[in-house]
Amino acid sequence: MMAALFPLLSVLHPVLAVPTIDRLVFAVCAVIVLSGALGVVLSSNPVYAALSLVLTLFGVAVLFVEEDAQFLAAVQVVVYAGAIVVLFLFVIMLLGVDRQESMRSERLPAQRPLALLLGLAALGELLALSRLTHWSTGPRGASGAPATGGGGNTAALARSIFTTYLLPFELTSLLLIIAVLAAVVLARRPGQHPIEPPALVETDDSNLPMPGPDPDEEIDGVRNVDAESIGFGGGRGPQ
Amino acid sequence: MTLSGNWFLALAAVLFSIGAVGLLIRRNVLVMFMCVELMLNAVNLTFVTFSKMLDDINGQSLVFFVLVVAAAEVVVGLGIIVSIFRRRPDATADDLNMLKG
Repeated sequence: MMAALFPLLSVLHPVLAVPTIDRLVFAVCAVIVLSGALGVVLSSNPVYAALSLVLTLFGVAVLFVEEDAQFLAAVQVVVYAGAIVVLFLFVIMLLGVDRQESMRSERLPAQRPLALLLGLAALGELLALSRLTHWSTGPRGASGAPATGGGGNTAALARSIFTTYLLPFELTSLLLIIAVLAAVVLARRPGQHPIEPPALVETDDSNLPMPGPDPDEEIDGVRNVDAESIGFGGGRGPQ
Repeated sequence: MTLSGNWFLALAAVLFSIGAVGLLIRRNVLVMFMCVELMLNAVNLTFVTFSKMLDDINGQSLVFFVLVVAAAEVVVGLGIIVSIFRRRPDATADDLNMLKG
């Protein structure tokens, strides 16, 4: 595949001055990123989808390094691959790993061809935009600090964030607090007071393997607690 | 001289389209969420590419904020998904019609 990519790259855009290592890094990362993205979309097991997402995120991080954005590459690995994907995996494990989506059935028959058509149209438009217009000849931004200032990439980024974008940076702390509060509120069980002693809950182990979905009975809360004690139980029922 | 930014833009376009198609055709809510992350990553790649092409650090600052908002969005979204699945353990995106009048 690599041997097929190189003539394609050199034929379509003959930049002879580009060092070979840059082209090699870009080609390898492009293959990694796209295969990871296809893995996310096409794999029916959500665990495989999350691991493919890790692949894509690492590829994008290497591309950030290739484009002299070293700090963002590190943040990409730490925050995305280290925190967000782990959160995804936690939720997948919490809800039951063996929940597989059947890729065959579709409730709306026209949705899949229409989605593909729409995606191809969007791809064509984006490629045309990135090819036909001369992006790099536009005027510089009004507050344009050079990306390669003194002190390297991290210093330049810190100078931009802590001077130009100081107020938005402080507002992100507010956003994070709101997100934490929302997560706490959403994770609380409805109707259960947090100070209430847990001794009121009867945990009878005889009826633990829960059958499939039964939405009318689960609203009363007692059964929810039973499901909680075996790890939400939804994935362990007969499929 | 390094690689032209057009290659990065094209790769980001392909990545964004894959994410958009995945968001439209998948029915698992978690996988749809991951497709949103794919689209966010494509946009981040575009921002960094323009930041390099225009030699302007502000594109990378914007990527920083996108990362923060994406982290908050994932936390809240996964909380919503967990509380939905607590009610209906086998729900897909087609079954989430509780707001229908």
